[in-house]
Amino acid sequence: MSDTHAQSVAFVRDTEIPPSPPPARETGAIKWVRENLFSGPMNSILTILGLLIAFWLLSGLIPWVVNGTWTGNDIRECREILQGSGGGCFAVVAERWPQLLFGFQYPDYLRWRPSLAFVLLFLAVPPMLFIMFLPRWTLALSAVYPFLAYWLIWGGTILTPIFIALAVLFGYFTFAKIEKRGFVTGLLAGIVVAAAIIWVGGLVAGEFSRFGRLEAVESRAMGGFMLNLILGIVCVSLSIPFGILLALGRQSRLPIVKGFCVVFIEFVRGVPLITLLFVANVVLAYFLPPNANFDLILRVIIMITMFSSAYIAEVIRGGLAALPKGQYEAGDSLGLDYAQSMRLIILPQAMKISIPGIVNVAVGLFKDTTLVSVISMFDLVGMIRGPILSSTDWAGVYWELWAAACILFFTVCYGISQYSQWLERQLRTDHH
Amino acid sequence: MTTMTDPPKADGFRFGQLINDTRYRSYTFQFIAIVLLFLFFGWLINNAMNNPVLQQVGIDFGFLADPAGYDINQKPIEYTSQSTHLRAALVGGINTLIVAVLACITATIFGVIAGVLRLSNNWIISKLMAIYVEMFRNIPVLIWIIIIFTVAANTFPAIQDYRGDNPTNTPLLGMFAFTNQGVFIPSLVFDGAGGWIVFAVLAASILGIFALRGYARKKLYDEGKLVKILWPSIALLLVPVALAYFLLGQPISVENPVMGRFRFEGGFLLRPSLIALWFALSIYTGAFIAENVRAGILAISSGQTEAAAALGLRPGRIMSLVVLPQALRVIIPPLISQYLNITKNTSLAIAVGYMDLTGTLGGITLNQTGRALESILLLMAFYLSFSLIISAVMNVYNNSVKLKER
Repeated sequence: MSDTHAQSVAFVRDTEIPPSPPPARETGAIKWVRENLFSGPMNSILTILGLLIAFWLLSGLIPWVVNGTWTGNDIRECREILQGSGGGCFAVVAERWPQLLFGFQYPDYLRWRPSLAFVLLFLAVPPMLFIMFLPRWTLALSAVYPFLAYWLIWGGTILTPIFIALAVLFGYFTFAKIEKRGFVTGLLAGIVVAAAIIWVGGLVAGEFSRFGRLEAVESRAMGGFMLNLILGIVCVSLSIPFGILLALGRQSRLPIVKGFCVVFIEFVRGVPLITLLFVANVVLAYFLPPNANFDLILRVIIMITMFSSAYIAEVIRGGLAALPKGQYEAGDSLGLDYAQSMRLIILPQAMKISIPGIVNVAVGLFKDTTLVSVISMFDLVGMIRGPILSSTDWAGVYWELWAAACILFFTVCYGISQYSQWLERQLRTDHH
Repeated sequence: MTTMTDPPKADGFRFGQLINDTRYRSYTFQFIAIVLLFLFFGWLINNAMNNPVLQQVGIDFGFLADPAGYDINQKPIEYTSQSTHLRAALVGGINTLIVAVLACITATIFGVIAGVLRLSNNWIISKLMAIYVEMFRNIPVLIWIIIIFTVAANTFPAIQDYRGDNPTNTPLLGMFAFTNQGVFIPSLVFDGAGGWIVFAVLAASILGIFALRGYARKKLYDEGKLVKILWPSIALLLVPVALAYFLLGQPISVENPVMGRFRFEGGFLLRPSLIALWFALSIYTGAFIAENVRAGILAISSGQTEAAAALGLRPGRIMSLVVLPQALRVIIPPLISQYLNITKNTSLAIAVGYMDLTGTLGGITLNQTGRALESILLLMAFYLSFSLIISAVMNVYNNSVKLKER
């Protein structure tokens, strides 16, 4: 039977058909476009709408950037060069670049100093951000940097920052030596030593004020983007220790300490920063000794630090609350006292959890430093609104200047927030 | 049987116990803290009392009753330059609230749309939304306010362009006129008491719709009957109002801005300062809200959606009955703090000359009277109480949607 059947089949294929390529609409770019852009009527409408918006934005932006001019000394020359081509007059950014960065009062011939400080920032910051990849000694660069930057930007004798650095160093050593006999005793001893060194240093620096001297620049002369950076960096770094103290105080079992911290934090978080800056501008002077010489930038630093420490305290409180109770009990069961268990067990973990939150506060605060332009300080925004736009040379060149300001802020803030997300991913791996 | 250990000898109170004994140490520390606090505030107050300027003028809130002597360009309540400083502060406070409420509403709309669209499968849309969010989050809001103010005050046509027999510009749809002095929008004109009656009917209808929804839900939960409420709701919203409107002889009319000889007559003027503040705050805070919304939706595990689908729910119901109620729990607490941020950021009005509380009380009144301490105290008290009220109200709402743990 099978023979006849075999006879009836004319042809039997003994090799496999080579696989044919998938239909063109199911592969590569076409498939991607179909799935991601035109998967349904609603999606298609959105895509076309999105393309229209993108086209509209780019068709406005590209000619403005490409046809723009970077040369010219004032707006009239700019207009002559552009001849109505719709390009931007970026000459204003080129010509006023030093003013945008340093303000208009910082002496021209000293601008290399803040520039150098800014370049050194790139040496000082990586050890703190990427300590997991770098040898530990690089942290010394970060530690030296604040004193060096102060000397470069403000000038004066190098003895002042050196003695402050020595005071911090020896204060810490004293604290570390005496800390075994009790945290409070150690802290007091450290503060006494530091204060003594600063006092001696003040005498010595007064005596040898020509030693290692750079021409002094007054705080009033600070301006431009440099002022935003100074305020942002100084206030965030100062407010982290205060924030830790306030957060611990708010968690404390001592009702008076807790009450004070709660009132302080809720008060500061309830009022706008601008009212605190008004306080710095007009009211704070009433409450300081009449002969004390607190200049505006210092008063502003005090108020902004107050402001951001309240926000950082709330972030750290979140970190403290996120720790399991067992960690606190572990500290107690080891027989550690409050200061020890906080310093050795609780805070390192709580800080790690709060890092993303602290970075968010830092970005927000850095953006908020533009508010000082309202109390007539000439930061980047103040420079653009004040001296540059009101000068006869550049009156009316808004977009180019604001675009420059946007790019400066965006670069810094976006960079920091990307770093924070990266760090979050780094820390997540060992948290499970 | 002798006891193994003797009871501790009561050897009286030693001074060292104040530091070393945990029973007393907390009192010692609190005592030290309170003394330091008193010393610090005493030092501040002492400085203030010895301050020559403050000694001269003293602290006196009497200036609030003096005539203000300046004009305010946006007057939600009656105000003339002869009104008192207190009245000026009140006008400023209401202006603050106006822009804060407007910005909260639009910021929520922008934020929800951008947050949902950023999760869209559509590559172009999600990238556009990502660009929007990152761009606005990373540039200071003050810069946005000034940029939008510059747009409103410089790129819109001048009023003259709308004038004459052959105007180069005509109002959009005959209703909206964009000029460099602000945007003219139609206003509602209430003709006597009739308008208010129609308004009251509208409010009653809305209450009625809520009652209907409550009834439908009760029916559903108690008897398992699904009551259709969409069409009855629409009818309830429209019919009584329409009836009242026509019965009372059309007491409400829309008044479009019409070009007069020199300026627009009728309509309502939104000044560039209000537009800048409103739009900038809502688009800036919208970017933050978008991130909160996105995080809230992502926080709901896909198992929830799949479980709802397995139960046979339609996609719209999956969203409204399963995903959204859970996502709202994650979204609402940060949303509250964004509303608080909007309220506090309205104080940036001073940068574009919008006359909010910071512009009146903290600006012109402060400069005219020189009463810095008093003005700033009042200013802070206003913002503080307003923030506390918002967070209290929102916390009540937050508690009502919170996961009930049993």
